[in-house]
Amino acid sequence: MEDVVIIGGGITGCSIARELSRYDIKITLVEKEEDVACGTSKGNSAVVHAGFDASPGTWKAKLNVAGNKLYPALCEELDVPFVLNGSLVVAVSEEEERVLEELLEKGRLNGVNNLRIIGKDELQAMEPNLSSKARAALDAPTGGLVCPYEFTIALAENANQNGVKFWLNAMVTDIEKLEDSGFLVKTSRGSLRAKYVINAAGLFADELSKIAGAEEYTITPRKGEYLVFDKQFSGLVKKTIFPTPSKISKGILVCPTVDGNIFIGPNSNNIQDKLDTSVKAPGIKEIIEGGKKLVPNLPFKNVITSFAGLRAVSNTNDFIIEASKQVKGFVNVGGIQSPGLTSAPAIAQMVKGILQDEGLILKEKPTFNPHRPMKKRFRELNNEEREQLIKQNPAYGHIICRCETVTEAEIIDAIRRPVGARSIDAVKRRTRAGMGRCQGGFCSPRVLEILARELGADKLDITKKGPGSNLLLGRIKEFLQVEGGDNNDN
Amino acid sequence: MITKELVVIGGGPAGLAAAIEAKKQGIKDVILVERDVRLGGILPQCIHNGFGLHVFKEELTGPEYADRFVKELEEMGIEVMLDTMVIELTQDKQIIAVNRDKGLMHIQAKAVILTMGCRERTRGAINIPGFRPSGIFTAGTAQRFVNIEGYMPGKEIVILGSGDIGLIMARRFTLEGAKVKCVAEIMPYSNGLTRNVVQCLEDYDIPLLLSHTVVDIHGKDRVEGVTIAEVDKNFQPIHSTEKYISCDTLLLSVGLIPENELSKMADIKIDNITSGPVVNQRMETSIPGIFACGNVVHVHDLVDFVTMESQLAGRGAVDYLKDKIPSKKHITVSPGPGIGYVVPQLIDAEKILDGKQNFFMRSKKPMEKARLFIESDKGQIRTRILQHIKPSEMINIELKKEELVNKDIKSLRFFLQEEGATDEK
Ligand SMILES: Cc1cc2nc3c(=O)[nH]c(=O)nc-3n(C[C@H](O)[C@H](O)[C@H](O)COP(=O)(O)OP(=O)(O)OC[C@H]3O[C@@H](n4cnc5c(N)ncnc54)[C@H](O)[C@@H]3O)c2cc1C
Ligand SMILES: Cc1cc2nc3c(=O)[nH]c(=O)nc-3n(C[C@H](O)[C@H](O)[C@H](O)COP(=O)(O)OP(=O)(O)OC[C@H]3O[C@@H](n4cnc5c(N)ncnc54)[C@H](O)[C@@H]3O)c2cc1C
Repeated sequence: MEDVVIIGGGITGCSIARELSRYDIKITLVEKEEDVACGTSKGNSAVVHAGFDASPGTWKAKLNVAGNKLYPALCEELDVPFVLNGSLVVAVSEEEERVLEELLEKGRLNGVNNLRIIGKDELQAMEPNLSSKARAALDAPTGGLVCPYEFTIALAENANQNGVKFWLNAMVTDIEKLEDSGFLVKTSRGSLRAKYVINAAGLFADELSKIAGAEEYTITPRKGEYLVFDKQFSGLVKKTIFPTPSKISKGILVCPTVDGNIFIGPNSNNIQDKLDTSVKAPGIKEIIEGGKKLVPNLPFKNVITSFAGLRAVSNTNDFIIEASKQVKGFVNVGGIQSPGLTSAPAIAQMVKGILQDEGLILKEKPTFNPHRPMKKRFRELNNEEREQLIKQNPAYGHIICRCETVTEAEIIDAIRRPVGARSIDAVKRRTRAGMGRCQGGFCSPRVLEILARELGADKLDITKKGPGSNLLLGRIKEFLQVEGGDNNDN
Repeated sequence: MITKELVVIGGGPAGLAAAIEAKKQGIKDVILVERDVRLGGILPQCIHNGFGLHVFKEELTGPEYADRFVKELEEMGIEVMLDTMVIELTQDKQIIAVNRDKGLMHIQAKAVILTMGCRERTRGAINIPGFRPSGIFTAGTAQRFVNIEGYMPGKEIVILGSGDIGLIMARRFTLEGAKVKCVAEIMPYSNGLTRNVVQCLEDYDIPLLLSHTVVDIHGKDRVEGVTIAEVDKNFQPIHSTEKYISCDTLLLSVGLIPENELSKMADIKIDNITSGPVVNQRMETSIPGIFACGNVVHVHDLVDFVTMESQLAGRGAVDYLKDKIPSKKHITVSPGPGIGYVVPQLIDAEKILDGKQNFFMRSKKPMEKARLFIESDKGQIRTRILQHIKPSEMINIELKKEELVNKDIKSLRFFLQEEGATDEK
């Protein structure tokens, strides 16, 4: 019997898992995908928002500002890069300048520190590549950047080190309230009994709440698409550049990443299918237009990839974080749309409080280790350090990804770590192998070989991102028709 | 710190020919550094024939062609470091390379020849919308899986782009029992060699859909199909022509880009059109003593020309090491109407080797018949009639040293005029 089962291995579920792993309780996190951070937590703007955007008094506003403050220390503990680059909301008309004033006021009410409005000269000096139409901006120095999947994975690893079990490839299909006490959580990998169930299933939180017989709400997927540029344009903008926001979204930004790429996006369109993360031609057009308004000379010839993410928008348009009144022991953490990434550390603390209110007794574990030691990244070292490292472990001398300079040692580590990589994309998220300008053309056959070797698997069984996404479909000669044989399906 | 007279970076046909030539001309201390476990560059995976018609006057396969050079290299006792990647190059010719056994090595070279080849353009570079499932491969990666590793990355295949690798893979997949449904090409003409269109598509009844592109990719885990559409004159898809084709694999053969990360690190001047270093008559880059040849300079379709160009680079490096006198008094060479690019971009006429200079160029569009004009700031040098011109087939023009030297020429321009068309320059 588990004390707590957490459904969903996104930033929300993993933050909660890591927070609860401080205490002497039994926890399992179940996730339908083959890895954590495969849902919305891998496709977003990666901005640790300052908190001036959400309406004062909402959970979004409160948890954003609280979460923002927790980030630097948390990233330090988990050895995840956090960049305090600051955000700018840019106005291009008088009308928009007025909106900046409103944002400034909202920000003050929300408790955001050091906000101010800056004029054209200061703005252009700060960001010389901005459109000449930019006439003023809201400067928010507490806005930051984090790599959302790296952070989610780090939380999962640290939770796992501290005793949380992870069931991957485990889709929750039913949640039964048991007569005596607790729940039976049925998954595609088997069933689990739990005293408390936390629903952090992102886009599917509404469906799970319904399955469990708890409060009903709806989640609508709202798609945002992005384009990523080659690293050689690193520095085109230094701060996160927002347009003046509209009623429904923060608009299309031009934003650096912690790894030195620049991206543009997202647009904002409601869709039907909760799994539709495809990028469409009209969407690409929309974000190109949007991006150009802020930074006219974007290097469109040097786009390296595109992606999309889905916001989980609830019918209340706010986060829904509460213990069910109908099903005791069931906690909803749904509707976690933007700024969900920023809010996650604060959401985790809030959920901890809710569980205590619901009767869960939390006793601190003396063995809790808040630190997740991360091995050094070869590309970030100087040459003496590299030399030393190769001496200790020759696999550091074997470069597998030429674009991002990732070595075999780092890939092996990604596979062997807690909650380790099992697919090409999982290796990519942990090491950046395949994320550079050749997009895996060079390294994917090599990563595949290392995965097969490390996992003791056949190369045919290695996938890009879990069941059904195998890279190779057969050995050569296998598809040739055998005369008189039964192999004649083509 | 290791010191070497000449370091060749890359062990493809370019690096092999350059190293051999330099050694033949008397440079003893040559080392070739290659990141793969074998020499030959792209050739070991090109198991089709069609290599060597100019150099050996016979039709070899890629591995056979490479092997001749590898044998010669071995016989000459040229030092080779395999499984070793060069990660840094400076203007002062300091090189940092890493491998498992020796770790991180600092090498100080007196001269360097860059032959890093090229990489394939990807889906992102051409912005294809849709899902991001498994089953999207660049043609060269698929070729490696099939020909080197012995695995089939797909069974029902659509190929986007009619570059040579894509065409060769269409045939290869067919021979392996996979079904190639079509090759879609956005241009109104093929981007591959005519002989490849005939021998790899027509002979196997694989349709080549010109003026078509992929507008959507379907399938969440593995590719399930693609939507293709015809494009208008501005390359915009025409929606009414959209068609769904089911397949499990999309191969991309949409171009190659010279791999110049190291060149950029050393601040070597790059030509915006070729994406390779600007070079002079002896394949020397903007930094004296650093040379470049093969696909790292401009993408070649025939390996024979790679070999020729690389021998020149090898000799250039030898000359540099012997007299150290940099080239000067350069004639700048540029493409005019109808021509996409010309290599080399700079010529020191006095230093032309063997009394002749080759210029490699590509036309901008296909032409049945055209006149090529070679013109300097001092007047026209020559014209020549060319037939069956295609951007995919490189034009090679040889000029005599006498045509360029002692005439105080400052610039040289190549341009094409379609025969029958009116005067335009
Ligand atoms: C375009 C866009 C831009 C954004 N930009 C920002 C930003 O800049 N800053 C910011 O703070 N926030 C941003 N956000 C919001 C942020 O990304 C989300 O709030 C956050 O990622 C939500 O995390 P989550 O863990 O709740 O959901 P998810 O990451 O979606 O995780 C839910 C998990 O539950 C799993 N699951 C679902 N159903 C089941 C089941 N039945 N059984 C088992 N597992 C299941 C899913 O597979 C998934 O892994 C953005 C969002 C979008 C879409
Ligand atoms: C699929 C395909 C089919 C072809 N078919 C034909 C044909 O039928 N007939 C024909 O004549 N020509 C053909 N060609 C053209 C010809 O083979 C190429 O133009 C030629 O291989 C280019 O040689 P290269 O040495 O410049 O580059 P490559 O062959 O690409 O070699 C470059 C080498 O440099 C190494 N390298 C790169 N960076 C580093 C680094 N940092 N450190 C160490 N090593 C490094 C690489 O590993 C590689 O081995 C074909 C080409 C391809 C790709």
